[in-house]
Amino acid sequence: MEDHGSPLLRRLLDAHREATLATHADFGDATARVAPGQLIQVMTFLRDEPALAFDMLIDLTCVDYLGREPRFEMVYHLYSVTRNHRLRIKAGVSEESATIGSVTGLWAAADWMEREVFDLYGIVFENHPDLRRILLDEGFEGHPLRKDYPKTRRQPLIDRRSSDA
Amino acid sequence: MSAPDLHAEHMTLNMGPSHPATHGTVKFLIELDGETIVDLEVQVGYLHRGFEKECESGSWYQCIPYTDRLNYNSAVLSNLGFCMAVEKLLEIETPERCQWLRVLAGELSRVGDHLTRCGAACLELQAMTPFLYGIEARELVWDLLEALTGARVTSNYVRIGGVRHALPESFAALAKESLPKIRRLLADFEAVVTQNRIFVDRLRDIGIVSKEDCIRYAVTGPVLRAAGVPLDLRKDEPYLVYDQLDFDVPVGTVGDNYDRYLVCVAEMHQSLRIVEQCIHRLGALGAGPVDVDDPHVRWPAKDGVFNRMEEMIQQFKNVTEGPKVPAGEGYLAIESANGELGFYLVSDGSQHPVKVRCRPPSFLNVQPLPLMVRGAMLADLIPTFDFLNMIGGECDR
Repeated sequence: MEDHGSPLLRRLLDAHREATLATHADFGDATARVAPGQLIQVMTFLRDEPALAFDMLIDLTCVDYLGREPRFEMVYHLYSVTRNHRLRIKAGVSEESATIGSVTGLWAAADWMEREVFDLYGIVFENHPDLRRILLDEGFEGHPLRKDYPKTRRQPLIDRRSSDA
Repeated sequence: MSAPDLHAEHMTLNMGPSHPATHGTVKFLIELDGETIVDLEVQVGYLHRGFEKECESGSWYQCIPYTDRLNYNSAVLSNLGFCMAVEKLLEIETPERCQWLRVLAGELSRVGDHLTRCGAACLELQAMTPFLYGIEARELVWDLLEALTGARVTSNYVRIGGVRHALPESFAALAKESLPKIRRLLADFEAVVTQNRIFVDRLRDIGIVSKEDCIRYAVTGPVLRAAGVPLDLRKDEPYLVYDQLDFDVPVGTVGDNYDRYLVCVAEMHQSLRIVEQCIHRLGALGAGPVDVDDPHVRWPAKDGVFNRMEEMIQQFKNVTEGPKVPAGEGYLAIESANGELGFYLVSDGSQHPVKVRCRPPSFLNVQPLPLMVRGAMLADLIPTFDFLNMIGGECDR
């Protein structure tokens, strides 16, 4: 595994070589794909290691590579306010389990972003404090950003609720 | 007699999704003890219209008008973020003239955005006059944007590899006339508001959020800077020509609503400074190309399209197919009016994006709102929410 000249990837590889499955630095974005089972461990290291100090989870999203195994890929963009550097961490999620550990315990920002991924991709985040839909109505059927969700699909009308709580 | 002796119970109040005191379609579920906010849940998503799904089904070019409708207060900045991310994957460098034009349009948009934020916040605190000053100034800003881009709000100005129009000849003269007027209106605005006892009392020490909490919640932009963190991507990761520009990054101290107001006003002055420097520099650069010389990426000039076969074919190919973007993934962030606006793009090498993720600053800035207003009065929710400047189109996408 290479560090592609990135000191960030170097440090990650030094500490978690067996958890790191692939690395690249295309277009200048240092990127590492890690084993989903060790995601939390790696993320904790990245946040707490003083030389890395990734104190901000700037973005969290998912990509659906339909037909590829694992089908889904979680993408985390980390940023360090104190050190002004960035790193992208990815982790595969299979279609059958569609489950991965939540990083809400590390960064509070993950709360809504993981809810959004749950809403639009149907990925379940273990140990998320409040996992429910955020952008769509709770009566919505399916997960629209999955590639096998047709753009023209109709949804049932929203039920009238007895109380608007 | 204290509240518990009255056997009072907490009341749940639904505020929104369409409430006259909030600009933006959002619902608050508020737990109240009398007039004090015990807890609050923010429900977003009312303006979700499937931005990413639409982008995935079109060509790269067809995404640009959708980005206009993310943060419609500063549409140019959303265009810019997306186009620069695509350019990152295409590995193309835009001409210098184009970069100055992008900065010029972007900073004008930022002024318009901040004017809307501060003006609307005053309006929602029952102050009509400063709102009208702000809107009058915004009209002048939008007139300048119209002269430059051809549209006032959703301008669709920035294109992949360039910008839509060169600087019109009359622009420098128009700006010379407008900028002093904008500054005067801004001075009037500040004279009415900044030292106004009612305004200061309503804002100071309200909606405080510490810098640690901002970082935990990935809050960026003026809200983070008001809490004392001088993070501004224009300085920290300079893109376009920001490293050649002279401007300051204003920061606050305590991170309350008043600090957010002061930071926004100071940023408007800085942006106007940048606008002047851009006009000066563009005048020195003179006329010339404003986009990359690559027919696979850029649309040919119209006189060529109407008179020559080659250009007509290029136009046809670009409209029907658009550029093919090499396979790969890239993330690019710019400093929008609300904070870090990022685009994470994945391409499989075809004309259609696999993934267009917009990292919306509004969405993440609103998330810690309960933290800011717990223990505050119900009426304090309004200015706190206003100064977060949640734009529904960007938050819900």
